[in-house]
Amino acid sequence: MDIQHTTLLVIGGGPGGYITAIRAAQLGIATTLIEGEQLGGTCLNVGCIPSKAMIHAAEAFHQAHTFMGDSTLGIHVEGARIDITQTVRWKDGIVARLTGGVGALLKKHGVKVVKGWATIVDGKTVDVAKDLADTKPVRIQGEHIVLATGSVELGLPGMPFGGRVISSTQALSPDSIPKKLVVVGGGYIGLELGLVYRKLGSDVTVVEAQDRILPLYDEELTKPVVASLRKLGVQVLLGSKVQGLNATGDAVRVQDSAGRESELAADQVLVAIGRVPHTHGWGLEKLMLAMNGRSIKVDDQCRTSMRNVWAIGDLTGEPMLAHRAMAQGEMVAEIISGKRRHFAPAAIAAVCFTDPEVVVAGQTPADAAKAGLDCITAQFPFAANGRAMTLESTDGFVRVVARRDNHRIVGWQAVGAGVSELSTAFSHSLEMGATLEDVAGTIHAHPTLGEAVQEAALRALGHALHI
Amino acid sequence: MGIHIIKMPDIGEGIAEVELVAWHVKVGDMVAEDQILADVMTDKATVEIPSSVAGKVLALGGTVGQVMAVGSEVIRIEVDGAGNLKPGAGSAAPAVVPAAQAAAPVSPPAASPAAAVAPVKAAAAPAVPHGTNGSNGSAPARNGNTKAPAALVRAPGDKPIASPAVRRQAWDLGVELQFVPGTGTAGRITHEDLQAYVARAAQAQPAGVADQRYAQRLDEQTVPVIGLRRKIAQKMQEAKRRIPHFTYVEEVDMTELETLRVRLNAQHGKERGRLTVLPFLVRAMVLAARSHPEVNARYDDEAAVETRFGAVHLGIATQTQGGLMVPVIRHAETLDLWACAAEVLRLSEAARSGKASRDELTGSTITITSLGALGGIVSTPVINHPEVAIVGVNRMVERPMVRNGAVVVRQMMNLSSSFDHRVVDGMNAAEFVQKIRGYLECPATLFVE
Repeated sequence: MDIQHTTLLVIGGGPGGYITAIRAAQLGIATTLIEGEQLGGTCLNVGCIPSKAMIHAAEAFHQAHTFMGDSTLGIHVEGARIDITQTVRWKDGIVARLTGGVGALLKKHGVKVVKGWATIVDGKTVDVAKDLADTKPVRIQGEHIVLATGSVELGLPGMPFGGRVISSTQALSPDSIPKKLVVVGGGYIGLELGLVYRKLGSDVTVVEAQDRILPLYDEELTKPVVASLRKLGVQVLLGSKVQGLNATGDAVRVQDSAGRESELAADQVLVAIGRVPHTHGWGLEKLMLAMNGRSIKVDDQCRTSMRNVWAIGDLTGEPMLAHRAMAQGEMVAEIISGKRRHFAPAAIAAVCFTDPEVVVAGQTPADAAKAGLDCITAQFPFAANGRAMTLESTDGFVRVVARRDNHRIVGWQAVGAGVSELSTAFSHSLEMGATLEDVAGTIHAHPTLGEAVQEAALRALGHALHI
Repeated sequence: MGIHIIKMPDIGEGIAEVELVAWHVKVGDMVAEDQILADVMTDKATVEIPSSVAGKVLALGGTVGQVMAVGSEVIRIEVDGAGNLKPGAGSAAPAVVPAAQAAAPVSPPAASPAAAVAPVKAAAAPAVPHGTNGSNGSAPARNGNTKAPAALVRAPGDKPIASPAVRRQAWDLGVELQFVPGTGTAGRITHEDLQAYVARAAQAQPAGVADQRYAQRLDEQTVPVIGLRRKIAQKMQEAKRRIPHFTYVEEVDMTELETLRVRLNAQHGKERGRLTVLPFLVRAMVLAARSHPEVNARYDDEAAVETRFGAVHLGIATQTQGGLMVPVIRHAETLDLWACAAEVLRLSEAARSGKASRDELTGSTITITSLGALGGIVSTPVINHPEVAIVGVNRMVERPMVRNGAVVVRQMMNLSSSFDHRVVDGMNAAEFVQKIRGYLECPATLFVE
């Protein structure tokens, strides 16, 4: 068997993997990247990007649809229609452009991309097969291996994917819009896609096992989302467990917290109950790496328990975020090139593209209290922000958490239309170790939603100007 | 609505001033009648000040650690009805302390005016950033007594705060940011801080040699010496300033006494309680003091009078959470071994739990100090002024001794005793200690009246 040799072998071409490869190549390291499907991983192909495209399209259609009735803006539209096939084609175009872009970047930097599925042979060697039937895999050896295989969607044991039961991947490429959609899981994926389908015209019911939606965020932060779901007519069943499909397969059996069972008619059932590290089916267990639950255990340099075997991204557990994987990948490439680096971010912002959007960075008031910090908390409502009014979206607020003793900001949270863009300011102030006075003393352009950031800091200092 | 003022009560025994050690209320609190407002401390005891009225706290008359005169204003309380403050006198509220400041230890008034003002300012205007731009140097001096040194020293466990660029540069330089002092706002480590740290390290290190030293530690902690600690400091200073001490050390063969003690504990331990060496030593001192009344005495050097006592009121130096205290066994001469042991136990518990009364903490005529297993070989005890003698107990160990020309193993223990040379001569002291030794080495004599 021919063995190819390289310095760095990256398994997986998602955001973590391709960034590792590009940065390593920039630093002069001979790099091979193995990817079985399209470059770009979950994020570009079936995650972040396509979902945002669909959210945008659904919102545009929803707007047009609203203009068919009485409009405060004085706009009237007649007969708004949507050609979902064209919508999906448009979305696929964006995905193609981006994944093609990744390929071009890798090529430009001299990364060797091998198409195929990697199977671990040992800590320095993998076999790459074109498909399951491929009996002549290519064997590649590298001094370093970066594991970046990401995560996979979690299915429900009693209700496997197939037929009416779809995953978020399928939900992003519909051929038609179901009349009745049941979404299992009230986390960010379920709500983002549930809202898309609602705006496209489906009757949507979200079933969540816990007693509130977005259980990972605090209740105050999710309140505007709850209100918006109600206004848009999305049914939400809390404290309810999905038992499976009924006998005829056209309804979902749901048990509420009191133990009562009922059936929800469904043309499609979207299961979005979370993602788990992709650790099975490619020989990873042969390396006997130390694990941390279902994820691979790594230190603050993304080293696994085996020398020169590194793991990044979703494979290393929560938070499963593309930007975390990219930062880890960049760092690993630099460490391999001989630089001293650590993964020590002050904060990793998390954004939820519901309507309205939710963003958190750093510590919440509850986190800070748990850590024993004496903190000031202040929030500024978008109802007092001029730009929010001009956008017809005054729901929500920006909240800041800062230490009482030296006013250093330890966390930001926001909910409202378009607040995802504020995450930039949030992360930046946290990484810079900014104090309330730093943000309060920075001139923020008027009229923008960002003024609420400055006002929240001012309010924490006791002298907000617009409230 | 009227204003009621509670003044510092006269705690007795000619005490003119007391130290405020704790507030139990703050401005704005509602208090009930008899609710405890504050703790104050006299020479010996901690006394609680109760409220004589019900109402709302308007102002606190002092800060924790402040020494206040008897009769000075402790607290102002708004009450229903007339109160005890004459109308019109209200504006002359002395030393009203903002609530936030009352909780924090405050620099003594002797410090520079700026330092004394700073905490007040910080409390009143939280919007003022604590640090400054850091480029004008000498940060430690600048921060002096205020609560701001957070800008310089991180508490253990606090992550160093630095921008991503500074972090990256530190990694490149191989510097652990945890050890770099930050002069930026809120303790942020700036590029300049990192450069300065590296320059300092380079100065201390010949070029080309890797830094082998252990990490520098720059943290410091300011501990206000207040309450019991201050009392101890004053007492010790007084004793050492006034008394010309001399210390006499003798070894005692405890073998026989230990045999007796073990036996007594085996026989009576269950019903009467276990005995330590201490009750035996107390008994030996009681007996030795009879022939040496000059060591069981208090010396008033201002009046030039030494008072010798027939009774032996024995101070037992006791370590408590707050510091050293000396509860007193009254009339130790009347107690048998078990009664003495029980009294020692009761008093030390009382002292440790802060329940010891003033009477139980004063009036000793001679003192014992013992650190038990930590007793060491020799110590130089400080006399409990105005007493004139103190007996220190060192560790008991088995040692090879020569007896009748043969080396035998004996339980040996040293006694390190200090005396006031103004009234006790070396000869008296030696005889006194030898007496004690005689009793301990031949324990039967302890029980001959």
